Amino acid sequence: MRIALFITCVNDTLFPRTGQAVVRLLERLGHEAVFPTEQTCCGQMHFNTGYRRDAQKLAVRFVRTFADHDVVLAPSGSCAAMIRDNYARLGRTGSRLERAAAEVAPRVLDLSELLVDVLGVTDVGAYFPHRVAYHPTCHGMRLLGLGDRPTRLLRAVRGLELVELADAEECCGFGGTFAVKNPDVSAAMGWDKARNVAATGAEVLCAVDNSCLMHIGGTLRRQRSGVRVMHLAEILASTEKEPAR
Amino acid sequence: MSGTFLGMPAFPTAAESAVADPQLRHNLRKATRTIRRTRRTVVGEVDDWAGLRAAGAAIKDRTLRHLDRHLERLEEAVTAAGGHVHWAADADEANAIVTGLVRATGESEVVKVKSMATQEIGLNEALAAAGITAYETDLAELIVQLGEDRPSHILVPAIHRNRAEIREIFLRTMADWGVPAPDDLTDDPRALAEAARRHLRDRFLTTRVAVSGANFAVAETGTLVVLESEGNGRMCLTLPETLISVVGIEKLVPTWQDLEVFLRLLPRSSTGERMNPYTSMWTGVAPGDGPREFHLVLLDNGRTDVLADEVGRQALRCIRCSACLNVCPVYERTGGHAYGSVYPGPIGAILTPQLRGTASEVDASLPYASSLCGACFEVCPVAIDIPEVLVHLRERVVEQGGRPGERAVMAAASWAFGDERRLGWAQRTAGGARSLVPRRLPLGPAVAWTDTRDLPEIPPEPFRDWWARREKEDGR
Repeated sequence: MRIALFITCVNDTLFPRTGQAVVRLLERLGHEAVFPTEQTCCGQMHFNTGYRRDAQKLAVRFVRTFADHDVVLAPSGSCAAMIRDNYARLGRTGSRLERAAAEVAPRVLDLSELLVDVLGVTDVGAYFPHRVAYHPTCHGMRLLGLGDRPTRLLRAVRGLELVELADAEECCGFGGTFAVKNPDVSAAMGWDKARNVAATGAEVLCAVDNSCLMHIGGTLRRQRSGVRVMHLAEILASTEKEPAR
Repeated sequence: MSGTFLGMPAFPTAAESAVADPQLRHNLRKATRTIRRTRRTVVGEVDDWAGLRAAGAAIKDRTLRHLDRHLERLEEAVTAAGGHVHWAADADEANAIVTGLVRATGESEVVKVKSMATQEIGLNEALAAAGITAYETDLAELIVQLGEDRPSHILVPAIHRNRAEIREIFLRTMADWGVPAPDDLTDDPRALAEAARRHLRDRFLTTRVAVSGANFAVAETGTLVVLESEGNGRMCLTLPETLISVVGIEKLVPTWQDLEVFLRLLPRSSTGERMNPYTSMWTGVAPGDGPREFHLVLLDNGRTDVLADEVGRQALRCIRCSACLNVCPVYERTGGHAYGSVYPGPIGAILTPQLRGTASEVDASLPYASSLCGACFEVCPVAIDIPEVLVHLRERVVEQGGRPGERAVMAAASWAFGDERRLGWAQRTAGGARSLVPRRLPLGPAVAWTDTRDLPEIPPEPFRDWWARREKEDGR
C-alpha cells in the first residue's frame, strides 16, 4: 500500500527519528511511504490557543497537500485528533474547507490504527528486549479512541515486557501552550506522571505522541530517573539486526 | 458575581501557591479520588448510561431552545399555586428583591439551603450590608462560613479542609454564631457532624425565613426541587414561615417526566450514590403545611447572553453535579480558590467567563486553565463538550487584543508554517544553533519550562532533510 506521511512539525523538527522509524517499519512490512514535501503543521497550537484564523490557513494547506492520498499516517495522536475532530469546525458551514476537511479527516490515521485496522497486523516482527511502560495520552485515548491497539502491538514485540502504569489515563500536563501559560500546574502534573513512570521499574516509557513524551521525558531526565522515552514507531521499527538506539 | 472573589489574581498566579501547598494537594487528591471511584462504580451499574446521558443533554437543549415559553408556563403555575414570581436581570436586582422580601417579614435572620445561585450573586454579603444575617445550614457551607473561608468545590465547598482543620474551626468559632461546640470535640467525622447538628437544630427551630436555590424547576406544575444528602435543606424548606428561592433561568425542565432522567443522572454523577437521601419538592403554598409564603426569584445574570452563543450555550445544560471537578487533573492540583469564582474547575472555566465576560485578567485566564485533556467531557452527565467551549472562549480572549508577546510568537510560527521552504530555513537555523541551547534557560518564556524539565536536544538534521537526502541517494 502507498501511505502518505504527515510527519508533523514537532516530529520533523525535534524528533526526526520517529519519522525515520515509521518509514523503516512500513517498508519492512512491504509498503511504500511517501512524504509530500509541502506539508508543515496541522495548526493545533494556533487552534488550541485561540488563533483560529492562523489554524484555518494551516488546515487549508493540509487538505490541499493530502487531498489525493487515500491513507495519511500521522505519528502523533494529538495532531491526528486535531485534524479528525476540529478541521470540520474550522470552516464555516457549507464552505470549501468544511467539505475538504470532511473528506480528508477520516483518512488520517494514527500508527496503531493503520497497522491494526488497515494493514491487519499486530505482530510487526519487532524485537525490543526491554521493560516498557505505555502512556495512553489524552488525545490517543479519548479523541482517537485507540483503545488497546497500541498495547496489543507492544505485547507482540519479541523480548518486550509491558509493565502496568498507575493512573495511566491521567493527563501528563503538557497541553501545548498550557505548559507555558500555567507552568506550575503543568509541572506538578508532569512530576506526578514521572513519579508513576519511575515506580513501574520500566526502562522505557512509550506513547504515540512525542509532545507528551518531550514533557514527561524532560521531567524524568531532570529527576535523573534513568527512564528513557520512545515513540511507539521506534519500538516497532526495532529489530535484532537494526535495534533502536 | 460574588463580591468575595473580587480582586483575586489570575489563575496561573493563584495556582502557584495552591500547587506549592502539600496539605491542600493531599486533601484534594484524597477527596477527589474517593468520589471518582464511587462514581465510576455506580455509573457502571446503569445499563445504558450513554443513552441516559444523551437524553439528559437532549432535554436540556430542547428546553433552552424555547426557554421563554417554559418560563412563562412556570410563572403561571407557581402563581396559580399561591406563590409569587419575581424576575431579576442581574445580581443587584436579585439581591434587592430578596433583601426587600426579608425586610417585609420584619426578620433580621435567614437560614439558607446550600445554593450556587445565591453565591453567584453574593447574596449573603448583600444581606449583611442590609443588617440581615444569613446562616448557612449545609455542613460544608457551615464550615466555610465559620472559617471565614471561600467555597472551593460546587458540591463539597470545604473539600480543601481536612478533619483536624474542621475541628479547629468549630472549636474556635461556633460559639460566636450560636450553640458552641463541645469542649471535648474530637476530629471523628461523627463527632463533627453531631456538633454541627446541635448547632443548627436551634437555628432551624427559631428562624422564620429561609432562602434556597433549586436543582430543578418543573414548568408544567410550578414545582421546585432540591436534592441533598443531609436533610438540613429540608428543615429550611419546611419549618420557616417564608421561603424565598433564587433560581437560575436555565434550571427549568418542562415536565415531571423529564425530571426522572435527571434524578438518575445527578446523584450518581455528583456523590456517587444511586439515589440521594433527600429529594424535597414544593409547589407554591399549602395551608397548614410548610411555609405560608413562597417567593421565586428567577435569575438571569448573564444567562441570556450565554444562550445567544451557539457554542457556549451548552454550558447552560450544567446540573452542577461537579463530576468534572473531581476528574480534572488541574483542579486536583489547585483546588477551587485559584479559579477566582464560585464556579471552579472545568465548568467554572467555561461558565464564569461567559457570565462575567472576559475583560478582566482573571476571567481572561480561565479559558486557559485546562490542558484540554478531555476527562471533563467524558464524565459530564449532560455531555457538555467543555474543551470545545474552552477553545471557543480562548478565541474570544485573543480577539479582544493585548498579549503582544504571545501574538508575536504565534505570528512567527504562522509565518514559518505558511510555506515549507520557510519551515526548512527555520529548522536549519535552529539546528545550526543547537550546540548553543542549554538544558536550562536563564531568561525568556521557556524559563518556566526549564525550571522543572530538560529541553529536548535539537537534532542535527530535520526529517525533511533526511528524506530529501535519502531520495537523492536512492536516485529517485
